[in-house]
Amino acid sequence: MSLFDWFANRQKSEQTTQQGQAEREIADGLWTKCPECGVLAYTKDLQANMMVCADCGHHMRVDSNERIRQLIDPKTWKPLNEELEPIDALNFRDRKAYKDRIQETQAKTGLKDAVQTGTGLLDGLPVALGVMDFRFMGGSMGSVVGEKLCRLIEYGTQEGLTVIIICASGGARMQEGMLSLMQMAKISGALEHHRQAHLLYIPVLTHPTTGGVTASFAMLGDLILAEPKATIGFAGRRVIEQTLREKLPDDFQTSEYLLQHGFVDAIVPRTQLKKTLAQLISIHQPFFPLDAGPNAHHTMPRQTLVPQN
Amino acid sequence: MSTTKSRPFLLDFEKPLCELEARIDQIRELAQENNVDVSEQIRELEAKADQLRTEIFSTLTPSQRLQLARHPRRPSTLDYIQAISEEWFELHGDRGGSDDPALVGGVARLDGIPVVMLGHQKGRDTKDNVARNFGMASPGGYRKALRLMEHANQFRMPILTFIDTPGAWAGVEAEELGQGEAIAYNLREMFKFDVPILCTVIGEGGSGGALGIGVGDRILMFEHAVYTVATPEACAAILWKDAAKGPQAAAALKITARDLKELGILDQILPEPSNGAHADPLGAAAILKNALISNLEELFGLSPEQRREQRYLKFRQMGKFLG
Ligand SMILES: [Zn+2]
Repeated sequence: MSLFDWFANRQKSEQTTQQGQAEREIADGLWTKCPECGVLAYTKDLQANMMVCADCGHHMRVDSNERIRQLIDPKTWKPLNEELEPIDALNFRDRKAYKDRIQETQAKTGLKDAVQTGTGLLDGLPVALGVMDFRFMGGSMGSVVGEKLCRLIEYGTQEGLTVIIICASGGARMQEGMLSLMQMAKISGALEHHRQAHLLYIPVLTHPTTGGVTASFAMLGDLILAEPKATIGFAGRRVIEQTLREKLPDDFQTSEYLLQHGFVDAIVPRTQLKKTLAQLISIHQPFFPLDAGPNAHHTMPRQTLVPQN
Repeated sequence: MSTTKSRPFLLDFEKPLCELEARIDQIRELAQENNVDVSEQIRELEAKADQLRTEIFSTLTPSQRLQLARHPRRPSTLDYIQAISEEWFELHGDRGGSDDPALVGGVARLDGIPVVMLGHQKGRDTKDNVARNFGMASPGGYRKALRLMEHANQFRMPILTFIDTPGAWAGVEAEELGQGEAIAYNLREMFKFDVPILCTVIGEGGSGGALGIGVGDRILMFEHAVYTVATPEACAAILWKDAAKGPQAAAALKITARDLKELGILDQILPEPSNGAHADPLGAAAILKNALISNLEELFGLSPEQRREQRYLKFRQMGKFLG
């Protein structure tokens, strides 16, 4: 989903809000209606199932706070660089001033910008985790998102940590112009250093992951995971439809489509994500010392290599 | 001499100047035919033309610069490569099943130095433009660029890239082949190369498609080129919900060389010949050639490690925030 689609959808949902006021009042309280199959679920049950519809398996959107709770062991989360805030470097005003947009979104979400970063334990394994939040201007990437992710990756490199980034973004934030575009390069450079240190980086692509995020850190994982049926792509579906003047297949730019074309390693349901990440991180723990030569295995205890008879 | 007749792609703001220049030519011809001395008048008119030129080109709005950057007669990557290099041998193919004509490259010699040059290639006319997809590269184009850059690194040749694209190609096949992955991969790999990398925005620097060959030790940009996070038209459609607000978006996005220098994104602005690069391609090429050579000389003074480190630090400081 491009930012264009996001704005269009948002308009649509504002309309539906008015139409279905009564329905929403139910949903706001104890019950939540699945937007995919329409089944009403007890909200507490839905939360316990990580906002995945028990009937149809639809993955509803979760915010960054909820993501951190889902992935990080209780009481081990240590946020990094929480103080970083966006500024309006371009003095940008479209139909609304960027300054006002920032303030409103901050008030609404309680976040300073569209990503939370920090360290914590994931099933006991130390990780550096970045979680994008789509509620903050469509998860768009400006200077703060770039800087926080860069510092997270650099910290991970320095401390020898696996880096995980939960992607959810419409792409670069236009209100910061070229400063936003350059965050793509900056983060990719930080990932190069992390890679040189033979450390593991896993982006998890969630709905939606598009534009400049796809064309940088989302696609640079040593391993790449995706949630089921997420929209993942470079160009917006509408842009492509307009240039081609034809309707695109329904599964175009979905996780399943990317898996089929070889761009993600696996589609992992949200309820399995923590377990899967733990397994992958654990299997990538250095077994042979990385700086040892080709004969390193001679120094390893034999019983770990050959099963005892 | 450039006259209205010989310049079929005249931009609105160029017209008064072009008319004046045509009048000067006309007077000169008439005077010659009738054997009259009009040198005094000509001098006056030429001074007036100079003044007008300065006025026009020093007060261009961002959207006028965008028009100049997209001017159909603006020198393209291949024009510059051929004008600045003593030898040039184009290389083809991404070694993965495609050869994208929208992104060209090869080996060349610049002032005696063996180099790899590559860049987006727009067409010179409608037919050529269709063949070259208007300079919008496919994943295969970015993978060809990567392959050529790896070649350069292997043989210790500096990499010179030329940026001139409305953006990476947005199409079904491009998505299937991983447009995002192809660009992302280049961004990361370009931080790794030992050899000097110079990136020059010669015309239109469009978004991720431009950045895909845009990570270097120095970022240069022609005076009337533009570099933008999204085309002003797309930005207007999304943020203003009105594609006709393009000029406003062009101004708001800060896409001109001067703005980008101030924002810390560019290293150097290359001045253009007085009527723009399209009016004097060879003049523009000479300016480019000098700038490339002097930047290379500076970079040769550094070790590969120093270059890689400074390249990272240069991008590392881009961004503006509080805290
Ligand atoms: Zn459902």
